[in-house]
Amino acid sequence: MSSTLEQKIPSIEAIEEGLAGQGYISSRQIATALFLAVRLGKPILVEGPAGTGKTELAKATAGFMNLPLIRMQCYEGLDESKALYEWKYGKQLLYTQLLRDKLGEQLREAATLDEALVRLDGVDDMFFSDRFLEPRPLLRALREPIGCVLLVDEVDKADEEFESFLLEILSDYQVSIPELGTQVAKVIPIVLLTSNNTRDLGDAMKRRCLHLHIGYPDARREERIVQTRVPHVQASLLRQLVHYVQNLRTQDLRKLPSVSETIDWARALILLNASQLEPELVHNTLNVLLKFEGDMSSAGKLVGEMTHQALRESSHGMAAK
Amino acid sequence: MSGSSPFGRAAETAQSSDMLLRLLRVARGAGVRISVAEAIDAFESANAVGYADRQALKDALTLTIAKTFEDKQIFEQCFETYFKRENTALSGDLASKLPPPPTPSQGEGTEGEAQGMGGEGQGAQSALGQMLMQGDLAGLAAAMERAAEAAGATNITLFTQTNLYARRILDRMGLAELEREITRLRGEGNAELADRLAKARAALGEQARGYMERQLALFSQGTTREIREGALRQVNLSQLDRRDIQRMRQLIRDMAKKIAERYSRKRYRDRRGVLDMRRTMRRNMVFDGVPFRTVWKRERIDKPRVMALCDVSGSVANVARFLLMFLYSLHDVLADLRGYAFSSHLIDVSDILRRESSDDAITKILEAIGFGSTNYGKSLEDFCGMSLKHVNRQTTVIILGDARGNRNEPRVELMGDIFNRAGRVIWLNPEPQPLWGTGDSDMYRYAPFCSQMMTCNTIAQLERVVEELLANAR
Repeated sequence: MSSTLEQKIPSIEAIEEGLAGQGYISSRQIATALFLAVRLGKPILVEGPAGTGKTELAKATAGFMNLPLIRMQCYEGLDESKALYEWKYGKQLLYTQLLRDKLGEQLREAATLDEALVRLDGVDDMFFSDRFLEPRPLLRALREPIGCVLLVDEVDKADEEFESFLLEILSDYQVSIPELGTQVAKVIPIVLLTSNNTRDLGDAMKRRCLHLHIGYPDARREERIVQTRVPHVQASLLRQLVHYVQNLRTQDLRKLPSVSETIDWARALILLNASQLEPELVHNTLNVLLKFEGDMSSAGKLVGEMTHQALRESSHGMAAK
Repeated sequence: MSGSSPFGRAAETAQSSDMLLRLLRVARGAGVRISVAEAIDAFESANAVGYADRQALKDALTLTIAKTFEDKQIFEQCFETYFKRENTALSGDLASKLPPPPTPSQGEGTEGEAQGMGGEGQGAQSALGQMLMQGDLAGLAAAMERAAEAAGATNITLFTQTNLYARRILDRMGLAELEREITRLRGEGNAELADRLAKARAALGEQARGYMERQLALFSQGTTREIREGALRQVNLSQLDRRDIQRMRQLIRDMAKKIAERYSRKRYRDRRGVLDMRRTMRRNMVFDGVPFRTVWKRERIDKPRVMALCDVSGSVANVARFLLMFLYSLHDVLADLRGYAFSSHLIDVSDILRRESSDDAITKILEAIGFGSTNYGKSLEDFCGMSLKHVNRQTTVIILGDARGNRNEPRVELMGDIFNRAGRVIWLNPEPQPLWGTGDSDMYRYAPFCSQMMTCNTIAQLERVVEELLANAR
């Protein structure tokens, strides 16, 4: 069954192209991870700083492989009934009320208590059937007939117990529901787990996953990413702003600007009709890139110098080309 | 290839899987943790991407094997060194070291001579001798690799074994035969050829030793380090060798990471029997408010707040350095950490420690505090003036020092103030217990105001203290 998925991605290059078609500029390592995930049927644990496109990767993957995306956001206190399945208690109650007469009729015909119990047993099964089952993301992912991309977002925010519960699903792609029996995945889903490293995940979890670290992209990839996201940006401005951000990341800051901030900044600069970086302009828009007061003031001092550096470097790049 | 495909392919897979196994061993030695399950995954993913594209293979293995950013860097480096070894060790070096005659660069005359010689001594010369004289580098390399494998060269653990293994390799390559041949040639009067062979043999010996040294560097890393670290854990910190400090720092970082992993989660303790009404009602709303599922009140186990007062004078300085290093690598699992350093007086060093790398930090602290004679009374007074108001029941105060105050007034009453306010006071003394209270040591005068007093002079003891600190936090 999963061979159809494999056919969709015959090679690592095909994945790179497919993702690029969705506006996601991947690196070779990212594409290799997806390639292996499908071949080995293993989940990918994606780690890296915030805003480097971890969640976006899942969306793009679902997009180019034409699979539904099922997303599960993790948080403290998330448990089975919210992640896997729940019975529709209200509906069950309502139905028993409505069907009371009918039930009464059935039971009245029963001569003995034993017989009545047997009859009730038959009804009981009806109330714990698919009709009253509310599948939550994990069960939905297992039941998708053509497979899906399951995104378990920020798994580090969930409790430790939930992490252990995930292990069963992630290693066997099956789960047992006491009333219905074992549910096995129709098609093994592509599972992406993301983590921002608010806490270290357990070893058992890491052992079962492919581990992909998405860091900050290099200048060329970042240019391509911004280019696809903000198509109107001028080539010269693009090069300058990317150089500036790349330099900024070498500074000692509390939170380094990530790709999503670069994109926001590019949009902001376009709105301000900028055609090239100027210290004044950078100073005024720095709050798009930096999110902490301390960072702002320490980077603010260097704005002039760094702007000139970015201008110089980007013009070198032009000359070289 | 298609003709002999079943055997050919089997042999090929066997070879590449051997290669992969060795690579995994190298990575393990370098400190990457790889479980058996992950090793199996590594094989599967290598098969999926194939062995031809080295970059893809590297990516694939990095994805399956290395599970943290640091591990990834280590592994990628291993990968590079490993394949560099496979490529260069065998041909490049050997070429330059072999005796001159057979190399083609010698010109036409020699070539003819070499050929003539090959024809002349073909029957007589040993296989190894022939390869040496013909400069068959590829053949020699393959032979050495085969011999190394047969000799179990990758099992090398200590540098003293280098010669032993080199000798074994040579034996297996046919050294005995070659030596017999040299003797025979001398006997026959063909001294020139005998000399050339002897020279080639020496070069080969050197090659084999070089090969083993590289093997040692690759494969013994892990074992050597384990032995070394085992010893370092027990070593007396005040007599620590300078060059071990770097290694010690790494060891502390690893230990801190392990402990932090264990305690980094928010921890709760159920208080069974006390019903959490609010959450029980919320949980049971789906049952029409009938409380099927009960939720008990839980107590959160707080992260400990720690204040560490470290004597940085003389022999205690080293222990202080490591305690501070330890605590600051643990800042994630501690709610509020303040470090103080003292000798003649006391200063707050939290900022320095937070900002600087551990080495610079210690130097800076020592600069700031100077090497005065230790005064515990004055230091306690400084501490109380500065921070006593921040000490509360959640605070653990750790004092590290030998309690030798150079006969200054110990100000025991200040210690009492701290003890009354703090949750716990732990005194760590680098001196062994029999020395406490001797000479100018005020250890037993402070004793009534300490919840715990411990000797602490090795990394192992330090680890125990820190673990205990986290486990018993309230």
